Amino acid sequence: MELIQPISWEDALAAKAAYPDARAIRGGTDLMIELGAGDRLPATILDLGRVAKLAEWSLDDGHVVLGAGVTFTELIDELSCELPALAMAARTVGSPQIRNRGTVGGNLGTASPAGDAHPPLLATDAQVKLASARGARWIGIGELFAGPKRTTLEPDELIECVRMPRASGSQQFSKIGTRNAMVISVCSFALAIDPSRRRVGTGIGSAGPVPLVAEEAGRFLEGVLTEADAWESGAPLGESAAARFGELVSAAARPIDDVRGTADYRRHALAVLARRALGWARGARDELIG
Amino acid sequence: MRLECVVNGEPRDVAGVRESESLLQVLRERMKLPGAKNACEQGECGSCSVFLDGKLVCSCLVLAGQAEGAEIVTIEGLADGDALSPLQEAFIETGAVQCGFCTPGFILAAHDLLQRQPSPSDAEIREALAGNLCRCTGYAKIIEAVRVAADRMTT
Repeated sequence: MELIQPISWEDALAAKAAYPDARAIRGGTDLMIELGAGDRLPATILDLGRVAKLAEWSLDDGHVVLGAGVTFTELIDELSCELPALAMAARTVGSPQIRNRGTVGGNLGTASPAGDAHPPLLATDAQVKLASARGARWIGIGELFAGPKRTTLEPDELIECVRMPRASGSQQFSKIGTRNAMVISVCSFALAIDPSRRRVGTGIGSAGPVPLVAEEAGRFLEGVLTEADAWESGAPLGESAAARFGELVSAAARPIDDVRGTADYRRHALAVLARRALGWARGARDELIG
Repeated sequence: MRLECVVNGEPRDVAGVRESESLLQVLRERMKLPGAKNACEQGECGSCSVFLDGKLVCSCLVLAGQAEGAEIVTIEGLADGDALSPLQEAFIETGAVQCGFCTPGFILAAHDLLQRQPSPSDAEIREALAGNLCRCTGYAKIIEAVRVAADRMTT
């Protein structure tokens, strides 16, 4: 096995062009497990850990540009205000040790249907920059996922960064698991209410071959907020609207039965998660949410 | 390949490391530092925890080559000569150690916590230790040990 350790992003892209089969590593929290379990090693590993620019984030015209190498710990410590749902999701990842190493870019590249960062990125309409020695292109986050653990990246491409609006309203993320740490989600849900764009974003995790958007649920809630003139105010929306929102989120899921839960359970749980997320986003306290 | 790094304050230079080896394997097998334990090799149990450039990590999930030039601290580097750290003392006193296999990881994770939060609540202690598994103690004594060490270090 060959290990390539470029310092510059240009060298990293050149290496990926020369070795399209090379597996990229940064935090190692996914790839190292694969190496440990695997019966055969990849011929080449491309270590992106030395490419300093991947660890950077910046603010740009009301947007956050997040380098692919930003860790979950850094998201929690530095971006909880700008990207609340993503930071909430980051808090549910693994353990302190895993959050110190695991990155947003790695979470996307692995493309597990259970990737915790995916629902918030979907809900905030994130764009992903895919770079290669040929140039770079931006795609919507939803176009990145081709299936379980498969992406639409070309063999010579690497994930450079993601870009999404700074939160202008309430965001929430919630996740079902057997304990409050070290769990792969049974299902998860992210909600981003964006009053400045009059937009409601949603993201569903672990309930389909790829992370999903609950489009109808989002449009429904946009209509409710507009009708009640409640985009700016925190006024409660009423139980029937919240219940309907939950039903629509549940209906958008395409879950299967697997070791972590059944499809029926996931559909049920998503309706509850969505209803509660909406309640929290509207400022309700836990005890008021059924 | 060759790996040069600083471990517990000492420069180390190891030749013949395979590219696919983990930092844990190099620490245990090549540097003869058995404090970091090899258990799950999946980042689930925390028994291989070490500090890599000041950050608490599972050394089983670090590719050895990624530690080139890095500063690593293992449980062997926590005591000052024969003087154990307050956390190590507290683990002994409170009976937080039974079989001892998970202890290095717990002590390093607790050390990481107390550096960030010198007076943690029980909830913060539990959260900080969430990535470390113990199959003997039931955790109560471990949490007590962290509490005792925190009290001593802040007074």
